[in-house]
Amino acid sequence: MTVKGILKLGYKLLVNDTSKFTALILGITFAVYLMMFVTSMFFGVLNHASANIINIGTTIWVMDPYVESVSSSVGMPDYVLDAVRSMHGVKYAVPLYSGGALVKLADGNYQAVTVIGLDDTSLLGRPELLEGKIEDIYAESGFIVVRDAEFSKLENPHIGSEFELNDHRAVIVGTAKVATSGLYGVPTLYTTYARAAQYIPNPRYTISYVLVEPKSMQDIPQIKQQVEALGYRARTKEEFMKRTEDFFVYKTGGGTNMLIMTAISFIIGLSISGQTFYTFILENLERFGALKAIGIKNRDLVGMILFQATFTALTGYGFGVGLCVLLIWLAKLRLASYAAMLTYSSLVIGFVMVAIIAAISSYAGIRKVLQIDPFSIFRG
Amino acid sequence: MPQVAIQAKGLEKWFGEGEAKTSALRDVELEAYFGEMLYIVGPSGSGKTTLLSVLSGILKPNSGNVLVEDTDIWKLDADKLADFRLHKIGFVFQDFHLFPRLTTAENAAIPLILKRKDWNESIGKAIGYLEIVGLKGRADLPPVKLSGGEQQRVAIARAMVSEPDILIMDEPTASLDGDTGNAILSFVHKNVLNANRCIVVVTHDARIYEFATRILHMEDGRLTGKEKGTA
Repeated sequence: MTVKGILKLGYKLLVNDTSKFTALILGITFAVYLMMFVTSMFFGVLNHASANIINIGTTIWVMDPYVESVSSSVGMPDYVLDAVRSMHGVKYAVPLYSGGALVKLADGNYQAVTVIGLDDTSLLGRPELLEGKIEDIYAESGFIVVRDAEFSKLENPHIGSEFELNDHRAVIVGTAKVATSGLYGVPTLYTTYARAAQYIPNPRYTISYVLVEPKSMQDIPQIKQQVEALGYRARTKEEFMKRTEDFFVYKTGGGTNMLIMTAISFIIGLSISGQTFYTFILENLERFGALKAIGIKNRDLVGMILFQATFTALTGYGFGVGLCVLLIWLAKLRLASYAAMLTYSSLVIGFVMVAIIAAISSYAGIRKVLQIDPFSIFRG
Repeated sequence: MPQVAIQAKGLEKWFGEGEAKTSALRDVELEAYFGEMLYIVGPSGSGKTTLLSVLSGILKPNSGNVLVEDTDIWKLDADKLADFRLHKIGFVFQDFHLFPRLTTAENAAIPLILKRKDWNESIGKAIGYLEIVGLKGRADLPPVKLSGGEQQRVAIARAMVSEPDILIMDEPTASLDGDTGNAILSFVHKNVLNANRCIVVVTHDARIYEFATRILHMEDGRLTGKEKGTA
């Protein structure tokens, strides 16, 4: 005894109806692709928005309470650094400078850049070098350029390249790679904290963040309490990433846009697959009635329809994910820092949406099939 | 004395209520026997199809009972009744109701598949029955590639494949031309009917009466008499 035969019957009824099966698969594939792509783009943007947090990678970030994202720092006075260094549970604390500057290129054009100023003593948060030596960052006018998708905007500099940065001479002493590129499409330069503060015009306070390493993870809560008592905020790497993400989700309209696009994708998928699947059921309704007359049980019929819906949904889901991966891969071939990232969350969101589409589509069909009276087959 | 296959007692069936109430069966009593081809004939609206549906466990009567091989089928629950139909009764529908997206063999194998038999074994057996009904070499074709008569033969093969004791045929010639209908019923009479099988045919096609063992006439929901046979 096996139910495989009944499922195979359902499979053949579905797949052999080539035009409807193709429409179903295309509908779900397209819907999944849209959902996955939108969520991947969104998660990619969020990831890129937290690029500096990820790349510098320290455990605790101390900042002004009004900082909403890593790219919008508020300068802090030097005493904050001293105070944090003296707090219980702090192993060490160093300043970080983060700001923007203009580079004058050889052709006379200007290019905006992000400048990260690392603590002169420890160089905590330094990137992985591809060329050059890290100690050369101390050389006169020394800068390390990040080799990412924005690298070419500085006319593909190499070690020894010179340019003007805010009317100061800057020399490339190394190239580096980072885990994540920034969101704003501008090249990134690393130098020392002191040089960054010297080259870039600043308000009274120059410390963007204080990077803190606790003695142990258990010390984090008391460090946060002490920093708060000082009038500032200490956030773990994860908390700061979440805060930056929340800023983009809730305060830039990005979250709403993603929700709208996901809803549109869902409606498109549901409309195409729901309507096509329902038509498929309607076209075979009398034959399903004949099956009931012959002796198929309702639960077997329901199982067959659920199998058809599930098979279609999973196949469409697979194609949709595959298409999304392919297009993101192709885009990243052209643009390495392309802001799209396929995450487990995207996969789960897509899967849940497809499951809902399959459930709604099959529900309508099941209701119709359960309602059909085999007597109507005789009555004609 | 032939053995009783179906026994119906005091069957009443009506549709609607109050002034809209229409009686389709009125105190119908009948017996069908193994080894006979029983025709139920009568004009449209006389209640033939309703009677056939009640006898085959598809439409529940308002009163009365139907015994099939001593089982009171209307006392079975829905699942058991479906099982009963699947195992005991073969159906040949007026419009065939073949799945156009399945092959002829897959269509004919459906009762075995519903009985959860192995797929390949079911297809093999269905091909054997297709050969019996004269459709050798047509197993892989979709039904739409067959003529009306051939499609009816597929429907007969589908009804026969699980070797039911009772075969129910609803207007089997209604969708066929005269010659084809005659050939189909002749085939059923010669090859399907046997001493262990009872065939009940509902028809108003007088051209196929010659194959009946017994003909019961129906009018206004009542069996009014018999035109042929002695039982």
